[in-house]
Amino acid sequence: MIDPTVHPFGKKMRIHERLIESTLFAFALLSIVITLGIAIILIRESYLFFSDPEVELWGFLTGREWQPMIGRFGFLPLLNATLTTSVIAMALGIPVGLFVAIYLSEYASDKTRGILKPVLEVLAGIPTIVYGYFALTFMTPLLRSIFGMETVEIYNTASAGLVIGILVLPMIATMAEDAIGAVPKELRLAAYALGGTKMETTFKVVIPAALSGLSATFLLALSRAIGETMIVALAAGAGPNLTFSPFEAAETITGYIVRISGGDVSYNSVDYNSIFALGLILFLITFTLNMISRKISRMFHQEYE
Amino acid sequence: MNDLNGQTAFGHAADVSSLMEKRRRNGLVWHIVFVFSTTLAVLFLILLVFSIIDSVFGYAVLRNDVEPSALVAGKDSVSAFSRSELEDTARTRLSSGILRRVEYDKPIAERSDKDLVSLIEEYVVKPKVLKTWGFWGSLTERKAIETYIAENEGSYATFRSWLTPSFIMADQSADPLRAGIRTALLGSLWIILITFVFAFPIGVGAAIYLQEYAVDNRLNRMLQLNIFNLSAVPSIIYGLLGLAVFVRFMEPVTSGSFIMGTVDNTANGRTILSGGMTLGLLVLPIIIINTQEALKAVPDTLRMSAYGVGATKWQTIWYQVLPVSVDRILTGTILALSRALGETAPLVVIGASTFISVDPSGIFSKFTTLPIQIYQWSARPQGAYRNIAAAAIVSLLILLLLMNSAAIYTRDKITKKKRLEA
Repeated sequence: MIDPTVHPFGKKMRIHERLIESTLFAFALLSIVITLGIAIILIRESYLFFSDPEVELWGFLTGREWQPMIGRFGFLPLLNATLTTSVIAMALGIPVGLFVAIYLSEYASDKTRGILKPVLEVLAGIPTIVYGYFALTFMTPLLRSIFGMETVEIYNTASAGLVIGILVLPMIATMAEDAIGAVPKELRLAAYALGGTKMETTFKVVIPAALSGLSATFLLALSRAIGETMIVALAAGAGPNLTFSPFEAAETITGYIVRISGGDVSYNSVDYNSIFALGLILFLITFTLNMISRKISRMFHQEYE
Repeated sequence: MNDLNGQTAFGHAADVSSLMEKRRRNGLVWHIVFVFSTTLAVLFLILLVFSIIDSVFGYAVLRNDVEPSALVAGKDSVSAFSRSELEDTARTRLSSGILRRVEYDKPIAERSDKDLVSLIEEYVVKPKVLKTWGFWGSLTERKAIETYIAENEGSYATFRSWLTPSFIMADQSADPLRAGIRTALLGSLWIILITFVFAFPIGVGAAIYLQEYAVDNRLNRMLQLNIFNLSAVPSIIYGLLGLAVFVRFMEPVTSGSFIMGTVDNTANGRTILSGGMTLGLLVLPIIIINTQEALKAVPDTLRMSAYGVGATKWQTIWYQVLPVSVDRILTGTILALSRALGETAPLVVIGASTFISVDPSGIFSKFTTLPIQIYQWSARPQGAYRNIAAAAIVSLLILLLLMNSAAIYTRDKITKKKRLEA
């Protein structure tokens, strides 16, 4: 006899189920804990940094010299180097990445795509330290032989920037191809029907229609370039330097963090706290870029779905 | 009548055809630009691979402290020595301190020929690298190499591969001719293991919650957005998090002193456990996103039929959804772990970059990893370090390749098995 009050999945089972669900929920909640952890630690250590008598916020934001040894904490040289490498990276990565994406989605045959996509995947899967080695042993000598040994220093932001551009290229190409591929076929067909050539259709119809997705891609790539560490640590040089010449050595924000933490730095020193203050700035910049990128791409998804 | 000749709705025929010509030319120019850009991307990959392979093979110009011919007349290399000559040289030429240590480890009479050759080369002959050439340079700059040898007395060139079995098996050394990557390789494997143990259950669990349980409310949308944001946080920030939390705040736990009382305190919390957990946090959002994609690919009909026969939610997930998606979940996880394997910055930030020549013995050991080793060798200006950095890069890339092929292999195997069962 089956007792109708004892369901095979009785009360006991349901507690079981609820337990599992709450455990899984706790795992998901951990991601919030990580974000909060990052925020709390960066803010706490930055607070310690700025409460140091040697440091003042205004001097930090506007100072043109970063020499912790003699109490100069102006972070403009570091920011300037970060922007220099990132701008160079974008100058290479955005056009080439976009053109590769256009070629893949509008021009290439299935066979060519089948060869090119794995190439991009391999490029994207190579660790950044390998790109750093490439910058140091290939890009720098190349730049020096083109522009002259006197003009180009052994460590320079141009070499690091160009290689970061190569690093973000596959990411830009893949994401831009997705954005372009999301443009409905009808738009292209309408443009052809009006007599547009392939190039005109691409530039006057497809690209404008995919613009929000493309800008989201570019912002994400910029954020990646700003946060890139090992390439600049190897190729851009050690030592803050406020310069606008891409051929001079200049340390970036990430390069400084790696150099300082790589040596044995003692806790509660100004050096130790300074890397967290710089980390906070890095986090704020990249976080803002990511959020804007996300907002833009959400808008674009609403457009066509 | 003649006036109308050549007139079309768009203007004069000649104008129209010249306009068409211009548009066609524009199209062609841009087509070339697109093809050129794509070629450039492929070229970058080729150059990258070439510049690494180039440094792995090539001529090295060496100079010995003591020539083998000065040890035994008429023999140019130590490996040509006879057994008795090897033993004699070892007994007479090694300094007394080293000789005592060597005899204490294993008496010279019991050592193999190969062992003695390497002993003599290390402590007596002591070859030093003066200059190295890449593969390309070795082929094209023969003259320069010959002049260089002529200018430096006692130097000789050997063509060598920097990536050898002994390079993989040897431990860290300040001499590029003897340095190896065993310690770094073991460190990398340990780190990956901890990362996997830490991030896989949590990542998959979180993904199951978000994909299978979460209703569309504010909290869950925030969770999802937060995970996307985390996946785009620069890796160096995770290093700072690991430094403050695992290395400093949780030092009693990560250094192992909470279970073993006093341990080797030189690690100061900069242990494999700290490193693995730091990378675990880094790959967690990637594992979650990849697993969610895998779960999304499972058709809803499967869930509905499970509910239909009376399965509970968890039973449906455990017996239906997960078995179908396990191959994709594993592939996604291995991709995330390959990312961890190549990460350098977070580990340098938590302080793993000191010179370490002792193999890691457990999760509370100090460590170094392959990428860190590559970073340190690349950063040195001397030529030979560049060569061993390249050899280490090739080892790292082979390891990554093995991991990814393992992923593809298991995926295919599971897919095939599923197809047979169906």
